Amino acid sequence: MSERAALPLDDAVELRLDPPLYDDSHRSWQESLRRFLEAEIAPHVGAWDEAGEVPVEAHRACAAFGLTGLGYPEAYGGCSEGVDALHHVITSLEWGLLGAGGVATALSTHAIGLPPVLAGGSEDLKARVAPRVISGDAIIGLAVTEPGAGSDVAGLATRAEADGDGFVLRGEKTYISGGMRADYLAVAVRTGDSGAGGVSLLLVDMDSPGITRSPLPKQGWWASDTASIHFDGARVPTANLLGPLHGGFPLIMRNFNTERLAMAATAIGSSRRCLADAVAWARERRTFGRRLADHQVIRHKLMDMYRQIAAAQAWLEQVAGRLRAGLPVAADIALLKVQASLLMEFCAREASQILGGASYIRGTAIERIYREVRVVAIGGGSEEILKDLAARQTGV
Amino acid sequence: MKILVGVKRVIDYNVRVQINREGTGVVKEGVKMSVNPFDEIAIEEALRIRERGDASEVVAVGIGPSAAQQQLRTALAMGADRALLVETEDELQPLAAARILQKIIERELPELVILGKQAIDDDCNQTGQMLAALWGRPQATFASDLKIADGVATVTREVDSGLETIEVDLPAVVTADLRLNEPRFVKMPDIMKAKRKPLDTLPLTELGVEMPAALEAGVCEPPPKRAGGVKVESVEALIAALKEKGVLA
Repeated sequence: MSERAALPLDDAVELRLDPPLYDDSHRSWQESLRRFLEAEIAPHVGAWDEAGEVPVEAHRACAAFGLTGLGYPEAYGGCSEGVDALHHVITSLEWGLLGAGGVATALSTHAIGLPPVLAGGSEDLKARVAPRVISGDAIIGLAVTEPGAGSDVAGLATRAEADGDGFVLRGEKTYISGGMRADYLAVAVRTGDSGAGGVSLLLVDMDSPGITRSPLPKQGWWASDTASIHFDGARVPTANLLGPLHGGFPLIMRNFNTERLAMAATAIGSSRRCLADAVAWARERRTFGRRLADHQVIRHKLMDMYRQIAAAQAWLEQVAGRLRAGLPVAADIALLKVQASLLMEFCAREASQILGGASYIRGTAIERIYREVRVVAIGGGSEEILKDLAARQTGV
Repeated sequence: MKILVGVKRVIDYNVRVQINREGTGVVKEGVKMSVNPFDEIAIEEALRIRERGDASEVVAVGIGPSAAQQQLRTALAMGADRALLVETEDELQPLAAARILQKIIERELPELVILGKQAIDDDCNQTGQMLAALWGRPQATFASDLKIADGVATVTREVDSGLETIEVDLPAVVTADLRLNEPRFVKMPDIMKAKRKPLDTLPLTELGVEMPAALEAGVCEPPPKRAGGVKVESVEALIAALKEKGVLA
């Protein structure tokens, strides 16, 4: 590469935030968040991944920095004024760049657990739960998937029988992020007949009797404590109902859009991390008397990564802009997540090829990202489910 | 007490700086710009003094193009009360910057001016010293600790022989060294609040500062590439080689 490159590759990798959608608040948030993550989180991600969980201090640090409360009402200790979809996208991109999806997930389960509480909980319930989550004192998650029902939410079988001033839960949830440590879980249950119209959402206090949790070892995302959760007669007060009785399905569906957009942005961030690490390595490593970066085959790999990342990120920003403007985006978000997980799969492989043996050693970002590809391609809606959803949305 | 802090817009420390095609300087177009890290330390110190109750107002001052407002917004988000940008497209050298700051001091009448000890772009390390001389007030440079009491600043300085503690009467100029503090993280509510804080701009031409063009940049080129090492056969050959390089007499 020439010493006087017109566009320094570092800036290309960085994909600076210059589109017209961004204002100073987005740039400031990106800069400050990156500093926070680099100082407080990045030094520990390897150790936390090996330990299989993040310490409670990390939750407190994220809360103190304002990451946990981002987008939630000020009355509960959050910050929503002026916060839009792009701030959230930036947050996910920066988590992705960190290259530690398990840590990011463990510290972000509130993003799927808290919105249903705020959208459907009583004033009392919100005032009791939201401040504890936003301050980092309590962990909240969402439990939808069951051994017999994943993306097919309407088919879930965990029963909640009305009994006096509450419900009695029986059934099993699985693949629940944050499930081992959660203080609260928003649980999708069957209160009525079969199908989507019989599903309710309940906020379960995980200290209640009648709940057992089992950890699930995984290919990647080690720092995220994923669990199977068994409900055997656990009692939940009626006051913990989120949304109307039998009205849980729309709350769950609404959640999926933000979850998928966040997963897509995180995958694009991790793809950028793959490119950045591959570029740094290709510049340093010498083979056959030349830098790796001077071999045509490696140069092509790097530019193929850059080309696809830039395209995905441009789409991501466009979708975030449409979401902010209140335009319909469900199909685009679904397909963007498909694009992003395929991108991450491609970039993880190419970066691994460039780094060679170094990418197979446990504890490096590329090794970790490689192990995280599958969950990104499956969680929050598999590629196949999402394409089908988009086909239905677009009226094919 | 009012504190004035300097905020310079510089190429972000993470950027791999490239020399432009003409060889007259470095590429700044499309490159990430940030607050000079030493200036961030200066802002943080001013905020801590205010939070201790030893100051009532922190004013951030920048000199540069309109885009430098972004760095002043960062200062406001950190907690500065208001900001002032002296707007100019010109590249400024330390004496010019000092003269501009002197004019601002005449308007603002601060009792303490905190600047970064140097900026990471040109590394001049001159503006604070020149400003103190022009202002006719004491200077305490390379501060690693700063306390204010009864109109006196007690400053621990990082000097070649170690640490030196001096007292200077206020008003005075203090320049911040790396170990003075660790700047805070900017939080989202503060970013939003900063949008509403006053940020005034003032064209440089209105200040009536004479700009002495004392220095002119010649040629800008990257450092020479390191040549590979050689193996020598014997001690004699080593000594001969060192003598040839002028390392040994």
